[in-house]
Amino acid sequence: MRNLESRRFIIALIFVGVGVIFLIRLFYVQVLDDHYKLDANNNVLRTIVKYPSRGLIYDRNGELLVFNEAAYDLMFIPKQLPEKFDTTGFCQLLEISEEHFIQKVIKAKAFSYYKASVFEKEISALSYAKIQEQLFNYPGFYVQTRTLRTYPKKTAAHVLGYVGEVNPSTIEKNDYYSSGDYIGISGIEKEYEESLRGKRGVEIQMVDVFNRSKGKFMDGAYDSTAVSGSNLQLTIDAKLQQYGEELMQNKKGSIVAIDPSTGEILALVTMPTYDPNLLVGRARSKNYQALSLDTLNPLFNRALMAKYPPGSTFKSINALIGLQEEVLTPNTLYSCNHGYRSGNFRMGCHGHRSPVNLEFSIQTSCNSYYSNVFRSIIDNYPTAEEGYAVWRDYVTNFGLGEKTNIDLPNELTGFVPKPEYYDRYYRKGSWSSLTIVSLAIGQGELGFTPMQMANMVSAIANRGYYITPHIAKQVNNQPITQIDTGIIKNETGIAKEHFDKVVDAMYLVVQQGTGTSARIDSIEVCGKTGTVQNPHGDDHSTFIAFAPKDDPKIAISVYVENGYWGSRWAAPIAGLMIEKYLSDTITRPYIEKRMLEGDLIHIKKQISQANATE
Amino acid sequence: MRQSRSWIDHVDWLLIGLFAILVFAGWLNIYAAVYNEDFQSIFDTSQRYGKQLLWIGTAAVLAIVILLIDERFFSTFGYIIYGIVLLLLLLVIVIGAETKGATSWFAIGGFKIQPSEFSKFATNLALAKYLSTLNIKMKQLKTKAIAILIIVLPAVLILLQNDTGSALVYGAFILVLYREGLSGSILLVGVFAAFLFIMTLFFQADSYQLPFNISIDGSTFLAILIFAVLTLIYYSNRKKKQIIIFLSIIFIASVGLIKSVDYVFTNVLEPHQSKRINVLLGLESDPKGAGYNVNQSLIAIGSGGFSGKGYLQGTQTKYDFVPEQSTDFIFCTIGEEWGFLGSFFVIAVFMALLLRILFLCARQRSNFARIYGYGVASILFFHFAINIGMTIGLAPVIGIPLPFFSYGGSSLWAFTILLFVFIKMDADRLEVL
Repeated sequence: MRNLESRRFIIALIFVGVGVIFLIRLFYVQVLDDHYKLDANNNVLRTIVKYPSRGLIYDRNGELLVFNEAAYDLMFIPKQLPEKFDTTGFCQLLEISEEHFIQKVIKAKAFSYYKASVFEKEISALSYAKIQEQLFNYPGFYVQTRTLRTYPKKTAAHVLGYVGEVNPSTIEKNDYYSSGDYIGISGIEKEYEESLRGKRGVEIQMVDVFNRSKGKFMDGAYDSTAVSGSNLQLTIDAKLQQYGEELMQNKKGSIVAIDPSTGEILALVTMPTYDPNLLVGRARSKNYQALSLDTLNPLFNRALMAKYPPGSTFKSINALIGLQEEVLTPNTLYSCNHGYRSGNFRMGCHGHRSPVNLEFSIQTSCNSYYSNVFRSIIDNYPTAEEGYAVWRDYVTNFGLGEKTNIDLPNELTGFVPKPEYYDRYYRKGSWSSLTIVSLAIGQGELGFTPMQMANMVSAIANRGYYITPHIAKQVNNQPITQIDTGIIKNETGIAKEHFDKVVDAMYLVVQQGTGTSARIDSIEVCGKTGTVQNPHGDDHSTFIAFAPKDDPKIAISVYVENGYWGSRWAAPIAGLMIEKYLSDTITRPYIEKRMLEGDLIHIKKQISQANATE
Repeated sequence: MRQSRSWIDHVDWLLIGLFAILVFAGWLNIYAAVYNEDFQSIFDTSQRYGKQLLWIGTAAVLAIVILLIDERFFSTFGYIIYGIVLLLLLLVIVIGAETKGATSWFAIGGFKIQPSEFSKFATNLALAKYLSTLNIKMKQLKTKAIAILIIVLPAVLILLQNDTGSALVYGAFILVLYREGLSGSILLVGVFAAFLFIMTLFFQADSYQLPFNISIDGSTFLAILIFAVLTLIYYSNRKKKQIIIFLSIIFIASVGLIKSVDYVFTNVLEPHQSKRINVLLGLESDPKGAGYNVNQSLIAIGSGGFSGKGYLQGTQTKYDFVPEQSTDFIFCTIGEEWGFLGSFFVIAVFMALLLRILFLCARQRSNFARIYGYGVASILFFHFAINIGMTIGLAPVIGIPLPFFSYGGSSLWAFTILLFVFIKMDADRLEVL
């Protein structure tokens, strides 16, 4: 029996052992391990994001270009989905298929069984009105208000850009963003994202296991209200922008108009374009895909990203460089007999009287004259490299072949070859001014964006300098010039008197030269035509212009792809734009009509289709 | 012999004090667990804490009645009480009300009575009466068989009610049998069997690829492992002839167990039961399903920290993240709102209660009272170990209440009867010859 008596100690030992194990475990769980405390907070605290409304965008005259419209995210909590759920009715209400419904439910469950996730994104106010009436029939679903961008004028899509949900890699890089936030993806929306987005607010609520709110955490001590984004005023003139888009309809190309006195961009037209309202809300990804598959490439921002040779419009620059380098005077004469010849080299020119002086050379766009001018600039120096380097400096001083530093993303640099480029291409010392003489008439390797060309015109209009182009006028009622220190006066290094000579000649171009289709009786327009050789098809029609001649208010560059002569499409369009901007009336409706009806896209297709059927 | 005085002098007030502490602490924590700003009065009988107060009051009356009854009543009517309870257990299967898949309740008016709670007391009484019969020897096979029959009969009836948790409690009586002479090696065999049980489940999930393109299931794989280990023992032992039979028996028994566990697990247990066991063993992770209770329970307890969030301040508790919190998971409330200090206190009080019972057992003159006392301690210990163990992830989620703490009239009454009958026996110990 003594033996059995002692067994009570073993039993007591078992009791105490379990107690001690429990205490050790409890000490570990309660005192040493911290992660349960976090989990408890995650359980009970719901951070409700107060999304700020994004800043509104106006044009230079205060016309509203972008505003916000309420949209609704349908939220879903899987746990609250009842067993008897009218799936058919719900799918009909939302206009989705049952497979879609099942997939979304599976996805939501994978995310969290207890937490809400977005079931259907960005439902329009119109659809919501219908859904709202019946939503109470479907437990587990509720709506969260968001805002969507709306574009009442349907214009300037590439300038404005679009807004979308922030992607995971941005969330990782940038502390500000969290999943579900909107972010500017392109255009102004991207460039001025930090001003436009405003500040998110939060409300921390305590919730029970059914996600029912149990009031504010710490009486709202950690809550913050959402701060709306700053409103933005653009330098764009919506009326002019829209007019430019109308003129360019059914054509490919670009118009850039700048106020040369301020560097403010008045219009930045890229065609073909698209309705910015397409890239909003639920339909965005579908529409985006359709647009990106369009062979006309409407998403491509030609004004900033297309690189064209400047063509004959560039002759005015070569004239200016020649004058400044003192290898050319207004009275210098060169002969032209249907072209320029040097040894075996020949560059053709159209028929006009000869010899030619500076003024007439611009007016008639003489290739021969500028071949001579260009070669004399280069050959003024001991070697071609030195001469070319000097020439190149002048060109880049006009903002060509360099970024203009416009306040829009994805601007192209353009291209003016460095001397080393030719050294590599032709072997050092074995190239001369003749080798690269096509630069004289704005062909060869040169490639500038329409934006750069407009900026170049701006410098001519100002007779020697340009102001850094920009598209934002005011951020939150504060002038951009006070905020952005990058907006400066850029000198070209060419004397004003030389500009006067070239400007006089450009005035004559419009009055009686190649650019008469841009002539407006009441306004002194100066311009220069260009026909850009295009190895892929019909030449591009281009025109640069500014007006009025004295005290210029608008400088413009127009490119119409496959438009052939500069005088055929680009010059009339530039003239109409100038007249529209300066006088708001059109005195030559027949030209306007011809431009509006001109179709360089579909006609060509019809012809090629006709050819194909023959 | 001393003159017997009023029972008040002989009652073990320390044990009653510990009992009172647990009951009172339980009531406070039930209030916290179902706390609702709309019903703030702790005496509101429309709420669980109000009802629990009614149960506590009636339990106190029961306790006093028990102390007034002659101790001999229990030894005399032990078998009869046992028989009545068995009948009730049978009856409840037929006419019982079903709650959460188990038909364990008689619904009488607005109240529900759970006979399986009372059958622990009755079984303990019957077992104590049988084992205290003169000339009973634990060594005899007949004794063991009858004792086990007394224990297993109600357990089977409760299993038939689909209440696995309550049935498992009867396993606690093995401690009583051990104390009364059951071989210690049986306890060891039990431990080894439990180990094999877990290993079987561990290996069961996969099949194994052997050389020569032979594929075998987990349980066979485990059997081969055991065979290998036993072979190793055989060759490292010098007394080869003596141990070969012993080792063979171990092997056959092990394989039998493994295969039957495998069979039971795949063919007998309900999916939710096997899932719970798997989750507990870490073989399956399912924080939203079967593991949800344990996960939320751990979060509640763990977030309490050293000193707790304060009474009625537990967010896990207040906002109902832990299911069954006023009943099976009541310990979460203590852990969250009172922290490690509170948990320590509760465990310390339970330890004191259990050790006090063991101490009182040792001073009993009558075998009946002693055996009954060990039964009380074993049952309370089993509930304590499983209930708190499951809230901190050390035991499977078996829905059994924490004695004196958990909400529920049947369990409080049953535990009160169980304990106070022993207190009464102890108070009258000197009257026993």
